[in-house]
Amino acid sequence: MSTISAGLDTLNGAHGHVDAHDHEHHDTGGNTVFGFWLYLMTDCLLFASFFATYAVLFMNTAGGVSGKDIFELDFVAVETAALLLSSITFGFAMISAHGQKKAATLIWLLVTFAFGAVFIGMEVYEFHHLIAHGNGPQQSAFLTSFFSLVGLHGLHVTAGLIWMTVLMIEVVRRGLNPQTVTRLSCLSLFWHFLDVVWICVFTVVYLMGAM
Amino acid sequence: MSLLGKLTLDAIPFHEPIIMVTMTVVAVLGLLVAGLVTKYKKWGVIWHDWITSIDHKRLGVMYIILALIMLFRGFADAIMMRLQLAMATGGASGYLPPEHYDQIFTAHGVIMIIFMAMPFMIGLMNIILPLQIGARDVAFPFLNNLSFWLTAGGAILINISLFFGEFAKTGWVAYPPLSELSFSPGVGVDYYIWALQISGLGTLLTSVNFLATVFKMRAPGMTLMKMPIFTWACTWANILIAASFPILTAVLAMLTLDRYLDFHFFTNELGGNAMMYINLFWAWGHPEVYILILPAFGIFSEVISTFAGKRLFGYKSMVYASGAISILGFIVWLHHFFTMGSSANVNAFFGVMTMVIAVPTGVKLFNWLFTMYRGRLRITVPVLWTLGFMVTFTIGGMTGVLLAIPGADYVLHNSLFLIAHFHNTIIGGAVFGYLAGFAFWFPKAMGFKLDESWGRRSFWCWLIGFFVAFMPLYVLGFLGMTRRLNHTNNPDWNIWLYIAAGGAVIIMFGILFQVVQLVVSFKNREQLDDTTGDPWNGHTLEWASASPPQYYNFAKIPHVDDIDAWTDMKEKGLAYKQEDSYSPIHMPKNTSAGVLMSAALTTFCFAMIWHIWWLAAFGLLGAIVVFIKRCYTSDIDYYVQPDEIVELETAHNTAATKEVNA
Repeated sequence: MSTISAGLDTLNGAHGHVDAHDHEHHDTGGNTVFGFWLYLMTDCLLFASFFATYAVLFMNTAGGVSGKDIFELDFVAVETAALLLSSITFGFAMISAHGQKKAATLIWLLVTFAFGAVFIGMEVYEFHHLIAHGNGPQQSAFLTSFFSLVGLHGLHVTAGLIWMTVLMIEVVRRGLNPQTVTRLSCLSLFWHFLDVVWICVFTVVYLMGAM
Repeated sequence: MSLLGKLTLDAIPFHEPIIMVTMTVVAVLGLLVAGLVTKYKKWGVIWHDWITSIDHKRLGVMYIILALIMLFRGFADAIMMRLQLAMATGGASGYLPPEHYDQIFTAHGVIMIIFMAMPFMIGLMNIILPLQIGARDVAFPFLNNLSFWLTAGGAILINISLFFGEFAKTGWVAYPPLSELSFSPGVGVDYYIWALQISGLGTLLTSVNFLATVFKMRAPGMTLMKMPIFTWACTWANILIAASFPILTAVLAMLTLDRYLDFHFFTNELGGNAMMYINLFWAWGHPEVYILILPAFGIFSEVISTFAGKRLFGYKSMVYASGAISILGFIVWLHHFFTMGSSANVNAFFGVMTMVIAVPTGVKLFNWLFTMYRGRLRITVPVLWTLGFMVTFTIGGMTGVLLAIPGADYVLHNSLFLIAHFHNTIIGGAVFGYLAGFAFWFPKAMGFKLDESWGRRSFWCWLIGFFVAFMPLYVLGFLGMTRRLNHTNNPDWNIWLYIAAGGAVIIMFGILFQVVQLVVSFKNREQLDDTTGDPWNGHTLEWASASPPQYYNFAKIPHVDDIDAWTDMKEKGLAYKQEDSYSPIHMPKNTSAGVLMSAALTTFCFAMIWHIWWLAAFGLLGAIVVFIKRCYTSDIDYYVQPDEIVELETAHNTAATKEVNA
């Protein structure tokens, strides 16, 4: 979670000034991470809107299935574990990046990518499974809001995977210069953020739905 | 499925003479402008110095040009509606058929809020805010350019809808189930969704950008409580944008899923809940009106303290009042639909919260009054707008408090009383504020002042026109007339409808005189020249730069010791001081990535509207590729060399000192 605290440090340092860095080539590392953190807060509200909608609509099953009928907690537990582990491995990647260890950074990023891909693969499987059994998002307001909330998170993780690929190529080609490390820090914030959101999804949607 | 999705030649409304004439006029004007640009060989300048510019001042100017163009469009809609209502009385059907009229009132609302007021506000913020905090640009200059082009993309979409297909007929709020596919099968709502979505993204990025700018790039010595009041007002507005626009993004995405993939968020069937849309919409929509008004409050504060020649009265209370309004603005959204039928306790809570907002707003009004008290007010055009605002807005605020009483709202809900109320606050508050800011900061942005007499004429037409156009609507509201009527058949209403139409014509002259003002001022720009960069004896740092400012804003970032930093520098004799030497200044390079990304995304939106899936994929992919390519570009900045800085600074300081001594 070092990156989150780094993000907070930038927040606390909000009274600092670029003036002192006038002559540096892009001082903007700190600004970028701070700006990205702000963007994440707006993203948080995007999720909040979908959570609120889920909370309003989840009981509207229109005579169809409810969460109890379709959620398989064992499956979701494995999915969750994959994503949580990917957060830890991203942490290792960042430690390596700050230590200027290029090879280790890339390996940890690859491991993170693999866990992320497992997560997305399982989610796609779950969606496909539900739709194949006639429980697609078109069947009721509950399924609509379920697919949208979980799918929104899935889209974010997918975007994160694409971004990770782009950054891995950048690290290979340019090494761990200040710019790539800044970008890795942003992605790391993004990744941990998605982890936190997933914990909420897991709790609110799956646990509370299956209980 | 054809290659062009739902798009066929039938999409062009050949049978609507009004639209065809408009289309011809727009086409002729467009060709004329293109011809002139070609004749004077200005395409290069427009591309290199404007379209690809990441200079916040130029982007600000472009935002305001966009806002003014959309003001004409939105006002054309307005006057068409007023004429229709004045003609279609006593059984007459007027000249606008309902399906066209419905599109006009929807477009009017969307355009005036999203594509006139927002760009105007963001434009002024772009030009002034970085200067006020002593910064050389915003935190993310490329993002700033992208934000502008995303907004412009939305505006382009909404204008295309006039000629290809249709616009939404749902009212600017697009409530479901009316806006669902089953009741609005055409492309109108899709235009609405994508135009708002793309420009909303631009606005959201702007807020992130300016928050990072304000928190990370203030001049040394400028603590938060030494920030100029306009910057503070914009900062609150940006916090509101960051906190509310994601909700709009979410709710539009949900409506999109309902319409495109047969989801059931807001449908009547299968458990959908239309009220959820309305709640989410106003959870964005109410903060949105404060996003519009808070920067206007900031402008009035700057104007009144500058022209009263005094420090602003109650600076701190002004900052906290804005904060209180921002927070309260988030817990009043339900007053837009008291009639939903929540319990009395819920309605009472939202009613009381709404009324409470009058308190911080009152604090502000008294602060402005006390700033004027014992000042020597110079009655310039910006001051006229401010005084006009203080009277007009107070009336609008009071009718708002009236509407905040749930019982009264049950009677007045969706009546013309409501229409009168929000025009009273938005025109009398936000628009007057932007026009005050326009006159106040025009010399800063363009280098010459605006003609005063035409400015006064415009102001009086706007002010009188406003009262003549909207006071009758209060009466009509009490007489029971509801909004969005296409024709009426109640003889008691006629006279008020005629008066309101007359008011719209007076406002038209106000707008016309503003155009005249611009032309006259441009012709006389030599006499109106602003050589000092400080034409009004200003208080804050934007007046320390030349007019228009050097592209790097400040050769040396000033040290700030006071809220009125520039006044302080002038008093200490630090103004127009030539430095012995200057360090090179690090500047970002212009880039075409922003406009290209926006073009690709606008194409994506257009393709989504018409279900041209291959083009949509192409557009989205194009935007992503341009973005990744931009990320890999390393040639994005350069250094301004001291020789050039010395030359520009000497020119400014000499001219200013000469003027000041004379």
